[in-house]
Formats: sequence, C-alpha cells, structure tokens
Amino acid sequence: MEVRDSRPPGGRFEELALPLFDQLYNFARWLTRDASEAEDLVQETYAKALRGFPSFRAGTNFRAWIYRILRNSFLSSRTGLRTEVPFDEEDPDVASRATSSTPEELLVRSATREEVQQALEQLPVHSREVLLLCDVEEMSYQEIAETLSIPIGTVMSRLFRARQALRRLLQPRQPGGQRGV
Amino acid sequence: MGCEAWGGRLDAYLDGELAPGEAAELGRHLRTCGACSADALDRVQLKRSVAAAGRRYQPSADLRARIARSAGAPRPRVRWPWPMLAVPALLLLIVSIASGLYLGRAQAGRERIYSEFADLHTAALASATPVDVVSSDRHTVKPWFQGKIPFSFDLPDLQASPFTLVGGRVAWFAQTPGAHLVFQLRKHMISVFIFRETAADATNLPSGAAHPLSFNMESWHQGGLRYVAIGDAGAGDIEALGRLLRAGRAP
Repeated sequence: MEVRDSRPPGGRFEELALPLFDQLYNFARWLTRDASEAEDLVQETYAKALRGFPSFRAGTNFRAWIYRILRNSFLSSRTGLRTEVPFDEEDPDVASRATSSTPEELLVRSATREEVQQALEQLPVHSREVLLLCDVEEMSYQEIAETLSIPIGTVMSRLFRARQALRRLLQPRQPGGQRGV
Repeated sequence: MGCEAWGGRLDAYLDGELAPGEAAELGRHLRTCGACSADALDRVQLKRSVAAAGRRYQPSADLRARIARSAGAPRPRVRWPWPMLAVPALLLLIVSIASGLYLGRAQAGRERIYSEFADLHTAALASATPVDVVSSDRHTVKPWFQGKIPFSFDLPDLQASPFTLVGGRVAWFAQTPGAHLVFQLRKHMISVFIFRETAADATNLPSGAAHPLSFNMESWHQGGLRYVAIGDAGAGDIEALGRLLRAGRAP
C-alpha cells in the first residue's frame, strides 16, 4: 500500500472532500430549500474549499471546516441574506431550565416522516441547521460550534430551543387548542 | 442529583456529550426512574425522527460528476465508511509498520515508541471523548488521577500562558498505566504523557526533540517519570509547554 505525504493538497483534497458530497448537498438543500440554488451552493463550496485547502491545517476538523465554508457561502447568498439573525440571549442555564417535559408536551404518537420534514421546513434556518448538524450529521457539539462559529454554550441553547419549537410543531392538533409556534 | 437536574442533561446524554462518569450515573438513574426514562425515550424518538426526516435529498448524477471533476478525481469515489478522523490514525499505523521494516533495529525500536505515542495521541483526538476528566483546572485534573495511576505529578499554573488544559485520561503504555493530559494551544491539541521511567521501553527513549511522522515531540525525564509531549503545534510551542511543565514541579 502506498503511503502518501499528507501535505500536497492535490492528492488529499478529494479524499477528504468527496466522501462528504452527498451530505453536503442534503444540507445545502435544507438551507436553500431549492434544488438549483443547492447545486450552486455545493459547487461554490467545493471551489472555495479547493482554493482555500492550502490554508487548511492538517489535523484539524475537515468536516467542520468545509461545512463552515458552505454555510458562510449560503449566508452571503441572495437567499441567505434574508435569513433572520438568531436571538441568542445569554443563556448559561439552559440545562437547569430544561426540566423534564410535562406529559402534555410529550410526543404521544410518533409523527410520520413527512410531518417531521414539514415541521423542519417551518423552523427558522438557525434552528433547522443546528438540528440537522446534530441529529443528521451526528456532529459533536464541538464540531457544530466550529461549523457555526459560535460558542458551545450557544450550540446547546440553540439546540434546546430548536427541539422545543419542533416539538410544538409536531404537537397533535387539539380541538380548540392552538397549534404550532 | 434529582430528576430535575438530570432532565436538563438528558439531551446532552443522548447526544453523547456527557462525560463517561456522568453518563454512567445518569444511565443508572434512568433504570430506576420511570418518569425520566419515559422522557428520555421521547427525546430519542424526536432525535430519530429528525435523523430520518433530515436525510432527504439526493444530488443528481450530473452534479456529482461535475464536483468530482472539479475536485480533481477521475471518477466519483466510494464513500469512506469510517469517520474522517480515523484516517490519520490508520496512516500512522501504516507508516509505523513500514518504518519498522526499513529502519535499523535500535532506531526501529525508538521509532516504534514514537509511533506508539503518536498513535495514543491521534486515537484520543479521534475519539468522541478525548478526555475522561474535562477541566481546565489543574486542581481538578490532578486529583482525578489518584488511585488510577501508580505515581503523582505536578501541573503548572497555565493562567499566564497561551496553553489551556483540556483534561486528562488514563493511557496505557507497555502494560503500565500513565497519565495522558491534553492541552490546547490555539487550534492545536498537544498530548503530554507521563509514565514511570521503569515502564518497559520508556527508558529507551532519548530526551530531547523529535519529529516522528510530522508531529513535533519532546521527551524528558524528571523525578523518576518520563514525560512525552506530542502534537501538531510548532516545535517551539511544544518546547515552551515542556518548559512550563518542568518549571511547574515543586522543588
């Protein structure tokens, strides 16, 4: 087996970047909510990542690095510029507030895949992306923090709020009761 | 800890973000508490729903081909089944085997020790929980090792330095337990291993700087202990950390 030097970017970029292609596209599509915009975004991401690869530090997290490029490109795109800025209040004790759910808040039934997809679509981008990075991409809080360039505490509070909002959206319709956010 | 406090940690627990000790404790609590385990089950269900619903869009073959061309590959590659961080560890293994074959015996022995420390370092960073005690406080990390390793060591005050302590874990080298400390310098992670000098092989390690497998490494001997600092930070930085650690020992 040939052992290659890790330094020349030519050889290694594709090995690191191409396996992430399907996931990056899926994520781009969730961000843009549009097929052709997602294609453009993924192309732009790979072009920028390839150009910037010499400055990528070997040994650091490549996945977080390329996701960050994709997300920053999205935020500066036409659709991304319309994204509302999230309200991250100082929230050091999310943990202590996040007590057990009351029975009414529990998802009594399991929602169908389509229902969850619809609910995800309704979430604001900043809630949607943190949920996707955590539960779909299975990134650690540290990786999410690097991807979104926010502190880990903010990752935790955004996740907490995103899950709460999703839960509300998935709440079964109750007669006379209000549904959703 | 009561249900209320545990409830706040359930998400972190299910996301795999609790320290192993705390996770084990919460696991025990879940087995005895119906309300919390129902809560946990519900959160798992939500997580799974998101995981399933989120895997939704497939890129077109056309886009795949375009990206593969632009990234410099002749054809689309098979998706690698293991996490990306495992790749450097595997490369290290291959390199260490290859170097073992070609180098002289004495040197090969030394290289093997270097590689072993490089492997320990890489494997820890690749792990979901690189350290078992997470703290930047030396007064938390040092006592954690009590009863886990057959010696004690001193940690310097890093307040005024660019280094921060990330935490520690027990590492095994030559069937002997030792301390594995992880320090951070900007984006670089540096491992410091401390073993008893009597641990087989550790005595063969020369003091001074080395550059195994592009890592920078420094090793020294102090008070019957063998210290090995290794990481991808600059040689000067590793040396600076070594100086701090040597100075940190109470006279």
